[in-house]
Amino acid sequence: MHAPTNTFPQRVTVALHDKRLQAALNHASGGFVAKRAAQVAALPEYEALRERAREVKEHVLANLDTYLERYEAEVTRQGGHVHWASTAEEAREIILGICKRVGAKTITKGKSMVSEEIGLNDALEAAGHKVVETDLGEYIIQLAHEPPSHIIVPAVHKTRAQVADLFDTAHRPLGYTKHLTEVSEMVNEARQVLRRHYFEADVGITGGNFLVAETGSSIIVTNEGNGDLTQTLARVHIVTSGIERVVPTLDDATTFLRLLARSATGQETETYTTVSTGPRREGDHDGPREYHVVLVDNGRSKMLGGPFREMLRCIRCGACLNHCPVYTAVGGHAYGWVYPGPMGSVLTPLINGIDTAYDLPNACTLNGRCQTVCPVKIPLPGLLREIRRQQFERGLTHWPVKLALQSWAWVAKRAPLYHLLMGIGIPLMHRLGRRRGVLRWLPLAAGWTDTRDLPAPQGQTFQQAWKQRKGGGS
Amino acid sequence: MRVGLFVTCLADLMRPSVAFAAVKLLEDAGCTVEVPAAQTCCGQPALNSGDSVDARQIAMQVITAFEGFDAVVGPSGSCMGTLRHDYPALFSGTSAEDAAWRVRAEDLSRRSHELTSFLVDVLKVSALAARYDGTATYHDSCAGLRELGIKRQPRQLLAGVQGLKLIEMEGTEECCGFGGTFCVKYPEISTKMVDDKIAHVQASGATTLLGGDLGCLLNIAGRMKRQGIAVRVLHTAEVLAGMGAAPAIGEAQGEGGTA
Repeated sequence: MHAPTNTFPQRVTVALHDKRLQAALNHASGGFVAKRAAQVAALPEYEALRERAREVKEHVLANLDTYLERYEAEVTRQGGHVHWASTAEEAREIILGICKRVGAKTITKGKSMVSEEIGLNDALEAAGHKVVETDLGEYIIQLAHEPPSHIIVPAVHKTRAQVADLFDTAHRPLGYTKHLTEVSEMVNEARQVLRRHYFEADVGITGGNFLVAETGSSIIVTNEGNGDLTQTLARVHIVTSGIERVVPTLDDATTFLRLLARSATGQETETYTTVSTGPRREGDHDGPREYHVVLVDNGRSKMLGGPFREMLRCIRCGACLNHCPVYTAVGGHAYGWVYPGPMGSVLTPLINGIDTAYDLPNACTLNGRCQTVCPVKIPLPGLLREIRRQQFERGLTHWPVKLALQSWAWVAKRAPLYHLLMGIGIPLMHRLGRRRGVLRWLPLAAGWTDTRDLPAPQGQTFQQAWKQRKGGGS
Repeated sequence: MRVGLFVTCLADLMRPSVAFAAVKLLEDAGCTVEVPAAQTCCGQPALNSGDSVDARQIAMQVITAFEGFDAVVGPSGSCMGTLRHDYPALFSGTSAEDAAWRVRAEDLSRRSHELTSFLVDVLKVSALAARYDGTATYHDSCAGLRELGIKRQPRQLLAGVQGLKLIEMEGTEECCGFGGTFCVKYPEISTKMVDDKIAHVQASGATTLLGGDLGCLLNIAGRMKRQGIAVRVLHTAEVLAGMGAAPAIGEAQGEGGTA
């Protein structure tokens, strides 16, 4: 997908005035939050599980080279191939190379955020391959020619009526002439259309929720079973995954699977959990002839040694999106790249450069709800603040903000001067707003006063009044 | 107990009655309250905007001003969270200067408390002689809730106020959209968030909104005033100190009176 741009404020304005988007967001957000809360409440060991998951991830990150080498050795032993991609471009070239070599016409895809991150679909289509997304949400946005707006539910920004229209347009030429509006009927029709593609696919590309070092397996979870059909029915299966997704053992993977489903969709477990180990063996009835894993770095190893290392614990559950008041107000497209919400506001600048997505780490109230629901305890607000610090240090902070901030700080560091100035200014503001109780307009404060009144100061500052009280001996 | 009052810049400038209420509550509980004049603000605007140099210098000013008090108490979860959790991390360098300041910052951190938490958890205050006639709902400000675990303490104290009926609103733990400089840097998102919050307040049927952080309260009251919504907004400390009959936030003199 295209690189991110600094268009967040403009996108926000569009999003907040898009009535259909607002309807879709309102419909979706509450459901995930309530379902997750119910699952967490029903699991007495939830906090212990969370701590265990954090520990496992930290252990893996401290020994990442060892686990990745072990994983590669096991994949190879099982007859598969591991490819290392240090950049998005390298990852695309590796995958294009495989698809070209095997003469792929149709490529089916299970949901993979890494494939979004590396802009895979555009590259495959440009090379003449037919690409079919098989996750229902991904299929919908592919028909709409849009990027995902959520890492778990990519079409969450679409209303049912919009999806009905998309299906009508896309499926009519295939002989489906009835305009469907019921969800179950629409899903059925999409399944029928997708089924044809599974059987004609030469290559199936999926993501990898977890890579297991001890067995060389990749694990995916889906609710539609589309991932299984994608990876089982094609001649060649390619897994795209970030290097941080490796876990030591199958047992460790179960810790994360229990957290992932609950945090992501509020389910005890996803409907399908599929473990893939190598290509089809002698005597197997099905499975791909070739099994490839493309391990993508794309900035991750740089994060490993610095202050953002904890971000590499992320298991892409999307809980931070669902609980973020900014994400639920503006939706995923406002963020301008593939990863939205709190996790995206950290990852997007780190992967693409902190000068490319200035607003993302700043457009956050630091309310901390994301951190409290994160299944691997990533201190997201702290990481966002660290990006702000680096932006400030590199002179990227917008100059009016910087000027206002540093003028204020200059005075705030000089307490006697501060109290003198406030002792003059505040009573003045009080007199201006005394009649109404509020100020309706203030110079340079349009950000506040365009939509809000400013309650007027009560009179003197507390410090003035306190001095008088002490002086008066009361 | 000798308590240093961390006034907070918003109480100092916008609503001194909150600080006076805090003083009254602390004195009623047997504390000796002092207000160091060398304090201005906790430094969050700098800290949260990435200006760690200014944030450090402001932190040093606060650390110095409050040395020697048995406890440092402020009517804000947000500011006290900064003193408690962020100051020590500002001195994480390897220099001897950082090491020395870190010890002092950690000492301040241990002595710092949000007002209602200090009253309930430290002083074990159970009964208050306050009265407020009205139905109120309480907004859980984010920093107090998630950084300091302020949830039960204000409710426990408010339950002892005569005449007050406390009802819970939906989404009480959701951010109101203030977020310090966020509300002026991203006013559209902030306005959408505060409107969601106000809808919850109105749906609860409460005629008074209480909270423990003036930033949130100025934001919510300011938006309600602009919209002509007649819900009284007060800091919890004001009601607990029996000062709830004075003009609420954004009300003109003479508009006071219980709801």
